[in-house]
Amino acid sequence: MNLLNHTPILIIAIPLLAAFLLPVIGRINKKTTGIFTTFVLSISLILTILLTVKILSVGPQVYVFGAKSPALTLPSGLKFPIRIMFQIDAMSIFMGLITAVISFVGAIYSLTFMEQHSGLDKYYSLLLLLTVGIFGIEFTGDMFNFFVFLEIASIAAVALISFRGVNLGEPVEAGFKYMVVSSIAALIVLFAVGIFYGKYDLLNFAALASVIKYSQLDKIALGLLVPVLAMKAGAVPMHMWTPDAYSEAPAPITIILVSASQASLYALFRVTFSLYNITLNTLSVGWIIIILGLLSMFIGVTMAIIQKDIKRLIAYNAISQTGYMLLGVGVGLAVLANPVALSKYGITAMEGGIFHIINHAMYEGLLFLTAGALFFRTGTRDLDKMGGLAHSMKYTTIFFIIGAAAISGLPPFNGFASKLLIYESVYRFNPLLSIIAMLVSILTLASFVKVFHSAFLGPKLPKFKEVREVPRSMVWAMVVLSCITIFFGLFPDLIVKNLVHPAVMALIEQFKYTGTVLGGI
Amino acid sequence: MLGLLETGSGFWSAIIWVIVVLVIGGIVYYIRNKGEKSYKKNTEQDKPFISGNPELSKEGSHISASHIFWGFTEALKDYYAPLVKTHTGNINDYASWIVILMVIILIIVGVNG
Repeated sequence: MNLLNHTPILIIAIPLLAAFLLPVIGRINKKTTGIFTTFVLSISLILTILLTVKILSVGPQVYVFGAKSPALTLPSGLKFPIRIMFQIDAMSIFMGLITAVISFVGAIYSLTFMEQHSGLDKYYSLLLLLTVGIFGIEFTGDMFNFFVFLEIASIAAVALISFRGVNLGEPVEAGFKYMVVSSIAALIVLFAVGIFYGKYDLLNFAALASVIKYSQLDKIALGLLVPVLAMKAGAVPMHMWTPDAYSEAPAPITIILVSASQASLYALFRVTFSLYNITLNTLSVGWIIIILGLLSMFIGVTMAIIQKDIKRLIAYNAISQTGYMLLGVGVGLAVLANPVALSKYGITAMEGGIFHIINHAMYEGLLFLTAGALFFRTGTRDLDKMGGLAHSMKYTTIFFIIGAAAISGLPPFNGFASKLLIYESVYRFNPLLSIIAMLVSILTLASFVKVFHSAFLGPKLPKFKEVREVPRSMVWAMVVLSCITIFFGLFPDLIVKNLVHPAVMALIEQFKYTGTVLGGI
Repeated sequence: MLGLLETGSGFWSAIIWVIVVLVIGGIVYYIRNKGEKSYKKNTEQDKPFISGNPELSKEGSHISASHIFWGFTEALKDYYAPLVKTHTGNINDYASWIVILMVIILIIVGVNG
């Protein structure tokens, strides 16, 4: 048996098995739980990289559960697939790569960040389950399976957001709020799945895409899926859970939550592009996504400027950055049925939006980790109580500068490259949208100048006399994200050409998506 | 060329940008070194000029986050007041926004196709 043929399932099965093994390991030696988790996630990362190489060189991969061969999508005599399957194309693996890197970095950071907490076996089990849920959302080719993984990720996330303890009100409240919005989202997704199953007797994404008619029922399903997936991605005006959850979760969990939100964004793009594609009125649905993007960009950043809690400030900026992704991909969707506009600027706009997803995961993750480092040493997230920390936390200061410059779209960092693609292409669609996007970048910089001045600059405050740099594992986690942020900024062409462009084409070319499962390519 | 990103309307190269910044930085550093040489560290020249007023302690002079961009938020208070008011922190309101947006999208999709 060639194990490499089973890479798609191994990426998920190994952390899933490890999640249930961890409580047993915790009984024997509590301290090894973190190292074991990091080891497991490093295997997932290596397997994801191997699968990325395979997909980019060979093409999309299908993994059918319970079939004689993992590639057997249509058993003889059947026109449509009946088994659950993973369908991983360039877009899915692009997202999977982000999840693999971020969860691995989160585990490294947790080694010392969470050291003082009790119940670490549960913490790492939940971390692995959250990662499994996100991977599943990104890899699945089945509607109901998508709902199941959405639930796994949400339940694990609720527990992790509340993890800092029942004695503190805020984490529990944030966890409760996340539980309510996630339950609403899951129920509505399930309702939409029911509509598809009732109408077409199908649950497979590709099979559904091949028969979807855009009837009234299909329109209702779309009208249900778009807002809830946008809400899970943190789009305004349904963003309010985001600052609560992101700020109260432990920093390494916050970065994985960012990845979870991006998985919902991926699902939104998968539904609109791969499932409906040009059967829907691309212009009106494209504009819905563009407007959600504009609202997220502007309201997110203006709310960030007035925050005093460092993690809430970064969380509002995360909402704002999600707006860029919605804007870029929304423009691509708006011109999807217009081949001239699509080739002139639509594809570039989508490349900007999709490239921004990976950039955002890296610099936003870095910023949340620096906020975690400040909290780890000062015990507060209140910017009013901080000051002069650059004197004693030099590495953290440098990492913060890199993250802040990248999110503000300053060259030569990665945020600039993806934003430039968005500005220039979106300008050709509608100049006003591009101007607003640039204004938002300026406001983003302003919000991070505020953090930099109040937390890092100024004289060394007497109350922080004893503060020193964070432990090595936390520094290394930030080093990884900083290096990726700089590398993507210096060589954006490598990433766009090898990862982003194939991902964009995987979304646009619906016939390839359906053909992978149903044959014909 | 490695690092050259085609944007559809032009190109971007971070490598060239870094080289240009280093060259300009070198020129600036050279001009700076040609400047005033009478500056002496740890003398009266180091003290800030505040019109003869006594200097505040360094700890007392740090401007905290709440005071940064005060003018900006004050000028935009008509924008901020309703915006902050909508962020109630109440989970019922969170759910309401989902329902409101869902209705809007269903109407748009239903009417426009």
